[in-house]
Amino acid sequence: MAGRTLFDKIWDRHVIQELGGGYALMHVSRHLMHDGGAAALERNRKKGYKVRDTALTFATMDHAVSTEPGRTAATRSQFVARLDSMREECKLAGVRLFDIGEPGQGIIHVIGPELGATLPGTFLVCGDSHTCTHGGMGCIAFGIGSSEVSHVLATQSLVQRRPQTMRATFDGTLAPGVRAKDLILYLIGQIGTAGGTGYALEYAGSAIRSLPVEGRLTLCNLSIEAGAKIGFVAPDETTYAFLKGRPFAPKGEMWDKAVADWRTLPSDPDAVFDREVKIDVARIAPQITWGTSPEHVVAVTERIPDPKSVADPDKQRAMQAALDYMGLKAGAPIAGTPVDWVFIGSCTNSRLSDIQEAAALAKGRKVAAGVTAWVVPGSETIKRQAEAEGLDRVLTEAGFQWREPGCSMCLAFNGDRVPPGKRSVSTSNRNFVGRQGPGARTHLASPAMAAAAALTGTISDVRSL
Amino acid sequence: MEKFTKLAAIAAPIMRQNIDTDMVIRVERLRDLPPEKLGPYAFESWRYKPDGSEAPEFVLNRPPYRDAKVILAADNFGCGSSREAAVWSLFAFGIRCVIAPSFGPIFYNNCFQNGLLPVALPLEVIEELVAEVEASQGTGKVSIDLEACTVTSPSGKVTSFKIDPLRREALLSGQDQIEQTRGREKEIAAFEQGDRQRFPWLYQSA
Repeated sequence: MAGRTLFDKIWDRHVIQELGGGYALMHVSRHLMHDGGAAALERNRKKGYKVRDTALTFATMDHAVSTEPGRTAATRSQFVARLDSMREECKLAGVRLFDIGEPGQGIIHVIGPELGATLPGTFLVCGDSHTCTHGGMGCIAFGIGSSEVSHVLATQSLVQRRPQTMRATFDGTLAPGVRAKDLILYLIGQIGTAGGTGYALEYAGSAIRSLPVEGRLTLCNLSIEAGAKIGFVAPDETTYAFLKGRPFAPKGEMWDKAVADWRTLPSDPDAVFDREVKIDVARIAPQITWGTSPEHVVAVTERIPDPKSVADPDKQRAMQAALDYMGLKAGAPIAGTPVDWVFIGSCTNSRLSDIQEAAALAKGRKVAAGVTAWVVPGSETIKRQAEAEGLDRVLTEAGFQWREPGCSMCLAFNGDRVPPGKRSVSTSNRNFVGRQGPGARTHLASPAMAAAAALTGTISDVRSL
Repeated sequence: MEKFTKLAAIAAPIMRQNIDTDMVIRVERLRDLPPEKLGPYAFESWRYKPDGSEAPEFVLNRPPYRDAKVILAADNFGCGSSREAAVWSLFAFGIRCVIAPSFGPIFYNNCFQNGLLPVALPLEVIEELVAEVEASQGTGKVSIDLEACTVTSPSGKVTSFKIDPLRREALLSGQDQIEQTRGREKEIAAFEQGDRQRFPWLYQSA
């Protein structure tokens, strides 16, 4: 018998009942909620469905919260009712909520690992497509819709079809200036935004093993942009060192038991995957998107591609429409394109190491004239850590705005927007049309590349700074 | 949930790749509106000009496509955000079936929670459907039969599609999945008891 993949091992231990045709009723061992969950809680309460296991449920506020410095409960009054409704529903349901101003509040995909709520081997869901982020901890994690959130709340389970498995192996050493964000953008450029559809995607190889946990979370965050709603990295000593001592991580004897179990999870050497992709990391330079899909990506040293260079007429049309929307010319170098806005934040890249990297570049430099540059930490805890290290001062002295934790300008739900027609370099995960606000033009990149754009006023190769 | 069995309806071609759920429903609409009121906002940024008036060239603003119940689309329809409002807005507009070569995985699941049928067919087949629909100025109806798992073009050309039996059954009966799962209480409780013994550290977060 062939060996089992990490995915097989975690999936199998959560099967409550096989339902035929590849479907199973799966036990949910971690359910994370953000402020969009109030509707599901209310719906269930009115139907008389109790939350089945509040100990396995964690909630916070991130999408609708203001990120204005000095925010209060009343900032952005149009969202107060929504946030109050989340508070009320969590209280009625007995769901623990990490609210504005307290440690634990932040972007749900940042606080899960940070609190130790996200553990290796778990089957974790959340009503948000970037739930795949948590796979960086060595678990099966994926986004669900609002109806499925109701189902999980009421039954602590979910009906799911077992996906196929895919492995992307990244071997080699990262070149200077190349980060986890560049690895995943490069992969999406290679396989396309539907390349992972139908697969659970394991990231493996020496380059992945050498990534810190924060980089693994960044990597897994963009799995959904490759079409895979599930992406993960096998847990290892790096994972355990990150987790140990976190508020909700197992303690004492239980910790030892847990680690002993987690060590059995990685894919067996003879495990077989339905699809394999191999990437030579040494070839990867810092990446930046030029269009309106994450697959529209080039190295910062390259030129903007010509739609005529592809054969598929649908793809050609999509590329031309993207160039028109972005206000770019095929064949021009991407570097040197003037930038108006920079956003460092989101569940992709708002963790302490991201902010440290931006601050290291900002030290002794200034944000270019005409550029508005925001740094939005991913959580209250990260914000406090960064302030304790003096990073906020370094950034503000350079001309960046230092804001309060939340999703902010990644999806522009809370009113944080890039103005129409303005060009933004963003560390978030989607460069869709209008994603950062109607008419906004988004280029996705790593925090280092975003900081470089802020400091030079143009899309720039961070290695030249 | 509304059942889906058979449908013969106007089909609107929106043949773009990677139509993401942000395009289907803008994020601003997620704040206040209940699912049934989202119809006017489906594809909002394509349907209306900046001054709020209708964009006459957009397919869903043109007769007979205004009455479409089927959308014909290209690869990766519904990719991106998990927002179920994408399905709600299509449903409220009147759409009951989307035919595309592939779908965003979360959107695909969300469809089945709301009585909307996603049908995966090869791009060539969809392009033929589009050609027939357009040749009839949109009046030729596309028929979908979920019991037989077939799509029939306006000229009568029949193509079979594959769909998971469990999903098909749920749409045909309109059953409520939560109630169904609550009926498996014994299995869930037994699982939980065993899980607590096997992996006790997962339950120590209270």
